[in-house]
Amino acid sequence: MLQAYLPVLVFVALGVAIASLFASVNRLLGPRRPNKVKQEPYECGLPSDVTKSFRFGLSFYMIAMLFILFDIEVVFLYPVAVQLEAFGVFALVETAVFVALLMLGFVFVWRRGALEWK
Amino acid sequence: MTSADVLLQATPAPPAVLIQIATSIVIFAVVMIIVPLLTVFERKLLGRFQSRYGPNRVGPFGLMQPLADVGKLVFKEHSTPSTGVGWLMTIAPMIAVIAAIGTIAVIPFGPVGAWGDFGLYGIDVSIGLLYFFAFGSFAFYALLLGGWASGSKYSFLGAMRSAAQLISYEVAIGLSLLGVVMTAGSMSLVDIVEAQSGTWFGGGGWFIGPQIVGFLIFLIAGFAETARAPFDLPEADAEIVAGYNTEFGGMRFGSYFLAEYIEVLVISIIAVTIFFGGWHGPGPEWLAPIWVLVKAFFFVFLFVWVRATLPRLRYDQLMSFGWKILLPLATLNVMVTAVLVVLT
Repeated sequence: MLQAYLPVLVFVALGVAIASLFASVNRLLGPRRPNKVKQEPYECGLPSDVTKSFRFGLSFYMIAMLFILFDIEVVFLYPVAVQLEAFGVFALVETAVFVALLMLGFVFVWRRGALEWK
Repeated sequence: MTSADVLLQATPAPPAVLIQIATSIVIFAVVMIIVPLLTVFERKLLGRFQSRYGPNRVGPFGLMQPLADVGKLVFKEHSTPSTGVGWLMTIAPMIAVIAAIGTIAVIPFGPVGAWGDFGLYGIDVSIGLLYFFAFGSFAFYALLLGGWASGSKYSFLGAMRSAAQLISYEVAIGLSLLGVVMTAGSMSLVDIVEAQSGTWFGGGGWFIGPQIVGFLIFLIAGFAETARAPFDLPEADAEIVAGYNTEFGGMRFGSYFLAEYIEVLVISIIAVTIFFGGWHGPGPEWLAPIWVLVKAFFFVFLFVWVRATLPRLRYDQLMSFGWKILLPLATLNVMVTAVLVVLT
């Protein structure tokens, strides 16, 4: 059973090989002449004023939460979709109730303005 | 009996594992040959769209251009901004490449029997589509970590944009393929292609007909997932310099570049596999991989055509399009398909 997944390891190993080659080749072949201005983060026309790391805005957390909700919907629907014909009307009604409840939440989120990008 | 026959009899057939591994390596090599050609193809085509020639100096028809580009990128300085997080900036482009190459494993290029008694794919598993989503989602970490670790405000803006964009359209792309899974009754990509043999009137045929809505949603969300125009806001060069890419140079930039073009090819082939009958086509069976690539070529052309034609979206338009139009539409498509599958 698990043997069917063996080629995945082949692809990942090839990927790791290529990726590490790409990541290290400039260190090996490129010149090394760092100076203070070159090490500054990019800025256009002004002195760079970046001093510490960045924080994400609140609206991104809202999107992330909605994503988890609806991606779980998708993940739950896939197994049902495979067996839909076998289970027939029972599975159809179950799916309909599930989706209807989620859509209720979706309408609520929409009405509360969580989907408006600020 | 000739000496060749003796030799053939003396050599036992290689075990199935070795054949699987050999097939995987060949598929990998073929993709790695096609992807650099795609970059030339895109640049030449964009040139034609803009009434100029595009690259035509290096090699015949400019075909050696990617080699020249790599040659230049390889000898660039390895530079990290003083505000950046060095080790994250090293592994983020690596994640992009590994994720892109990992998705190739699941693409079916031909059935068992096309070129011998082995299938022309890395793996054929019952969770094929979920595997594609899982590996495809790793690209999210590459953009997010790369942009955040750069310690530059333009990179960070690009990282934030790509994070929100990728997860928003991930939902739509997942829902868009549910209709096909219901109709085919399987998530294995090989089974989905097999379900498309025959004609529309005989209970088979390409899924583009019954699932046209799903296909359009998949295509649009696919453009957004690969961050290609008109959804290239994570690297919108007119607004945020180069987005998450700003502080990357040399082959670390090359990694993102390679990953993007592999993803374009993978999305094209997945679209062909799921909606356009995969390897099915006229002619003998050994043409299977040729048919997959020829059909995928049209989608690659579409990617370039759209990039040359459409202007970039505004960010709030992008988000509300994904959530308020694609998501309800995809859900509706799922429910209508479910009713049709159960009742017929």
